[in-house]
Amino acid sequence: MKYRILAVFLAAAVLMCSLCGCGGATSETPAPSDEIAPSSPAAPVNEITVGIAQDLDDSLDPYQMTAAGTREVMFNVFEGLVKPDSDGNFVCAVASDYSISDDGLTYTFPLREGVVFHNGAACTADDVLYSFETCAATSVTSALVEALSAAQVTAEGNTVTVALDAPNPDFLSYVASVYIVPKDYAEQATQPVGTGPFKYVSRSVQENVILEKNGDYYGTPASLDRVTYRIFEDNNALFTALNGGALDLVTHLTIDQVNNLTNGYTVLEGTMNLVQAMYLNNAVKPFDDQRVRQALCYAVDVPAMMELTAAGHGVRVGSSMYPAFAKYFDASLADAYPHDVEKAKALLAEAGYAGGFSFTIIAPSNYTPHVDTATVLAEQLKEVGVTAEVQLVDWNTWVSDVYGNRNFEATVCGFDASSLTASAMLARWVSDNGKNMINYNDPDYDAAYAAAQDPSLSEAEQTEQYMRCLEILSETAANVYTQDLADFVAINPALEGFTFYPLYVIDMACLHFAG
Amino acid sequence: MRQLLKKLAALIITLFIVSLLAFLAFQIIPEDPVTHLLGTEATPEAAAELRAQLGLDRPVLVRYFSWLAGVLRGDFGESYSYHMPVADMLSDKLPLTALLTGLSFLFTVLLSIPLGVLAGSVRSRFLDNLFAALDQMVMSVPPFFIGMLVCWLFGLVLRLFTPGAYVSYQDSWSGCIAYLIFPALSIALPRVAMTVKLLRGAIRHEMEQDYIRTSRSRGAGRAWLLFRHALPNALIPVITFMAVSLAEIMTASIVIEQVFTVPGVGRLLLASISNGDFPVVQAIVLILAAWIVLINFAADLLNGLADPRVRLG
Repeated sequence: MKYRILAVFLAAAVLMCSLCGCGGATSETPAPSDEIAPSSPAAPVNEITVGIAQDLDDSLDPYQMTAAGTREVMFNVFEGLVKPDSDGNFVCAVASDYSISDDGLTYTFPLREGVVFHNGAACTADDVLYSFETCAATSVTSALVEALSAAQVTAEGNTVTVALDAPNPDFLSYVASVYIVPKDYAEQATQPVGTGPFKYVSRSVQENVILEKNGDYYGTPASLDRVTYRIFEDNNALFTALNGGALDLVTHLTIDQVNNLTNGYTVLEGTMNLVQAMYLNNAVKPFDDQRVRQALCYAVDVPAMMELTAAGHGVRVGSSMYPAFAKYFDASLADAYPHDVEKAKALLAEAGYAGGFSFTIIAPSNYTPHVDTATVLAEQLKEVGVTAEVQLVDWNTWVSDVYGNRNFEATVCGFDASSLTASAMLARWVSDNGKNMINYNDPDYDAAYAAAQDPSLSEAEQTEQYMRCLEILSETAANVYTQDLADFVAINPALEGFTFYPLYVIDMACLHFAG
Repeated sequence: MRQLLKKLAALIITLFIVSLLAFLAFQIIPEDPVTHLLGTEATPEAAAELRAQLGLDRPVLVRYFSWLAGVLRGDFGESYSYHMPVADMLSDKLPLTALLTGLSFLFTVLLSIPLGVLAGSVRSRFLDNLFAALDQMVMSVPPFFIGMLVCWLFGLVLRLFTPGAYVSYQDSWSGCIAYLIFPALSIALPRVAMTVKLLRGAIRHEMEQDYIRTSRSRGAGRAWLLFRHALPNALIPVITFMAVSLAEIMTASIVIEQVFTVPGVGRLLLASISNGDFPVVQAIVLILAAWIVLINFAADLLNGLADPRVRLG
């Protein structure tokens, strides 16, 4: 018996060893740890670890990446001929200058001397032509493909010229979206190469993405030598790591997380750059009646909702434009429908719904702020006799059912801008637009939007037309507009230079350690 | 030998059925890899083209068998999301999950046998009740909650580790193991409680047997009776139980990986399901199923080694 027991233990031991052994074998292979550890202990550590809430489970190819989180990181790696700055203007990047002909049809971009790709190759006009062609042929952003299809790109010497079929006042923002990549380089999806201030080093599935300073950058080089993005797909784990001091920078925190933060990090407040609203399907009863939509706008109390869900943080919006678009944002529209229960009831009675009605608000379950907003709004609507039931769906269902098939009554979600143009926010509500999820149909709006596209307009006149569009959305109560959500950033107090952009990006090149 | 062949056939059939079911389950859930890859702004033409490129426009069974043919050639395909070969992704993740499973198992063995012997041999009624109550408590708390408690107590209060500051085993084995101690502990605790309960019962049962009484009447001491006679017999059911629990530890680690953000196979599985990345899901499901079948097989063999009465013919 004794030997039998011994045999069993030996067998168990062998099993254990084989388990550990399969790990042990790999440890013999040369691990990349040598490069990761600081080369000499005396060298100052000039690197940071950033916590991000989603994996880059996406193609890294600049024309194939879709996730906002991926774009946010790769903004540091890729550049176009021009690139957006933190004020929303376009500054020269791969191009050293640009000029637009008076008729708005010809764009001329002399290329900057000495731009080198991260793989060491010099950037030439051929690469730029290749980038424009590849982007036009393969980009997943249909608006970009459409804009490029009306453009002929040619090069002469070191100057690239873009000729348009018709003037397009937003064209520069599309140029900024055409990231310049080396010609005939086939591994962008897994090993991207661009011209930005940081170069891509590696990605480890669900663990991290590492960027390194581009020492050959033509402009002011980045201060940080290395940025490691640590991936946390669980928000609680991200927060625990932040509070434990394992991270130097985390963006997109909620007010609850900020209030629970105890480690002395600096907290900055910005906005998410999106328009959150209870979007109403204007084609279904009773929302096809403008009075009913207006009644809902009067019935809800947005400041109270913001107080409840985010302790009053965030910026109220009254139309489809967020405050970072300073040129178009009109704060007074947020006050167009003050909380007024009597007025709401009167409008409902006028529309024939004196007894109220019931409907369903769909909210994407993975976005807590939208779910919270939907819940509070539904509660507030009870006061005017309207019963709203909140239904949570997963993101893919939301995309296919609500966004794709427009099969909904109301939904709380946020819309952001894919490029720094007013049309990125407003084109979708034109009655025949394929992305007009809410089936908005207003001839005045269509006319004002069309007028804004007129190339002969001055910038001020064009802005005026876009502002008119925003007013119409407010007057007709296209949706129950709520807010641009507050966006909190927690940052290591020694780090300086964090800059909010009007786009969903974090510019690592402006961060540096104090002193 | 015949037994072995039989088991092997059962293994292959199980894997076939499991992989087919996993493949079919994917037809029901709403995750669409094309929507995930192209986002909301893509044209329907681009979506159709990608669908054709990934072969998603073919009938389900055709896709299944072409996948199966690939696997039989050792080709698990390429991840839709990451554009990387699935085999490369798994070879990164499997050592980590294996390490976590191994550590958890080690803790289970090291903690439960001494504790079980202790619990089985205490004579105080009070201590016995205390053991039973503690046991019951730990056993009934789900591992993910134990994980959260461990995170809070060892991570945030005692600051023995930084939750979320996982160290990759590719960077440092010792750092990785030091981090994994806590998730491994969370997985092991409920198993320890169960094993202790089993061992305690078995020891009590053995100590009441005739051969113990006979031995005691011949003047044997209590320790001698316990370790020489009762324990070896009491361990037989425990060993089988532990072997089987090795399969459960692997599945428990899928949950615990989420709590401690250990980027192992479990997290990859969940993310791949929500991305509709089914070459990855299929491969992981296959590996998990194979592991469970193999462990059960090994448990049968061990049982036979330990107890000649059930030795295979």
